[in-house]
Amino acid sequence: MKKKLFTAAALFALMHSYAQNTADSTGFKSRKLKLEEINLVSSYYTQNGNNASVTGGIGSEKLNDFANVIDVKLTRYDAKQRKHTFDAELGIDHYTSASSDMVDLKANSSASHADTRIYPSLSWTRENETKGSSIGLGISSSTEYDYQSFGANISFSQKTKDKNGEFTAKLQALIDQVKLILPIELRMGYVIGRDENYGSAGRNSYSASLSYSQVINKNLQIMFLADAVEQKGYLSLPFHRVYFADGTVHQENLPDSRIKIPLGFRANYFAGDKIIIRSYYRYYTDDWGLKAHTVNIEVPVKITSFVSVSPFYRYYQQSAIKYFAPYKTHTLQDVYYVSNYDLSKFNSNFFGAGIRLAPPDGILHKPHWSMLEIRYGHYTKNIGMNSDIISMNLKFK
Amino acid sequence: MLLNFIKNKIAKLFFAGVVISFFATSCTSVKEYQKNKINDAEMVLGNRKIEKSELSFQAYREGASGANGGKTGGGCGCN
Repeated sequence: MKKKLFTAAALFALMHSYAQNTADSTGFKSRKLKLEEINLVSSYYTQNGNNASVTGGIGSEKLNDFANVIDVKLTRYDAKQRKHTFDAELGIDHYTSASSDMVDLKANSSASHADTRIYPSLSWTRENETKGSSIGLGISSSTEYDYQSFGANISFSQKTKDKNGEFTAKLQALIDQVKLILPIELRMGYVIGRDENYGSAGRNSYSASLSYSQVINKNLQIMFLADAVEQKGYLSLPFHRVYFADGTVHQENLPDSRIKIPLGFRANYFAGDKIIIRSYYRYYTDDWGLKAHTVNIEVPVKITSFVSVSPFYRYYQQSAIKYFAPYKTHTLQDVYYVSNYDLSKFNSNFFGAGIRLAPPDGILHKPHWSMLEIRYGHYTKNIGMNSDIISMNLKFK
Repeated sequence: MLLNFIKNKIAKLFFAGVVISFFATSCTSVKEYQKNKINDAEMVLGNRKIEKSELSFQAYREGASGANGGKTGGGCGCN
């Protein structure tokens, strides 16, 4: 009996293994979990300016940030030949900020305040390649000393019959908590040297995103994007100071709701055999009175089949929100007030270049190390703020 | 003033018409085997991994965000 069972099990195993081995020729796809790719992205960002919000629109904006993200993508097919993609991401940012140091005005400000932000996320997508449809779910969190966020999203995509168009809808919610750390001189009953228990306030963001992409011909594809975002709750930052015309200091005060409508358009064109033109335009409006235009163009040039150089340029302009005024300009008649120059009227230019290496036998002849990309950009605002960022992406397959 | 407003609107409509006509007339059904350029890694219609930190600092330093497949607001202490 044992012998028969053993033979049956061996036969089953052989058939099973045969079915798996003949997969490619019959269209059968392995149901084993497969590592698709691992991406490591590291960035170093540094900025300077003289309009820090913590000090009421004056003072150093010096900030350095070192960010690292690891992203692991796995795939498998189920019994119905649907593709499941699992994506796990972990990001860690460490930053130093001169303005955060000035929550306590007696501090010696020299980009000395430091904090770490940790942001993991998980997502799952199930794609039916025959029907051209897919559904997805995702969860995320972000934790730093004074801020906690939890997010969840659900998405649905459907390709057109000829697989040249795709419609995507996504709903997302972010449930956040802000620790209410006030500027030191505005804390009631503050005693030097005593640990304080800060309160917290909620901030929730809900967004609906729609996009439609279309392959126009063998060289051109386009995409339309539209988001509708509603934010509710405590939308100020508690440690931002506002100095009024009468010399008094106040805590930033903004409405407890904001509705944002950004609309975007992308067009990517492969010109000849070596040049790609990537373009993007966005129009943005919200009910705080901010309107913005963003134009971005990037031109990857293929030096060889596995080396490309990509210069890029981005122009951005925005109007001020209706609650913004500079240092010592707001008056007691103002219900809402802010001196955050990120919400003021300005335009910015961002330019730089990247280099991408993806040799067929891998970077340094290591087949699993499939791609290396390095990119540098310089950013300037016409209100005296500037920054630099350098990023690197390593891809393993 | 009103004349300028009308001229501006007509110019925008004309531009939109030209763009729509261009895409409508040049749209062809492309087979999967013809998509070697469309499927190039640098032709992807979205942000690439290496742009992640750039989008993040722009969302902090600017009042507008969203419509790029990424962050639309919330999730951090700055907007």
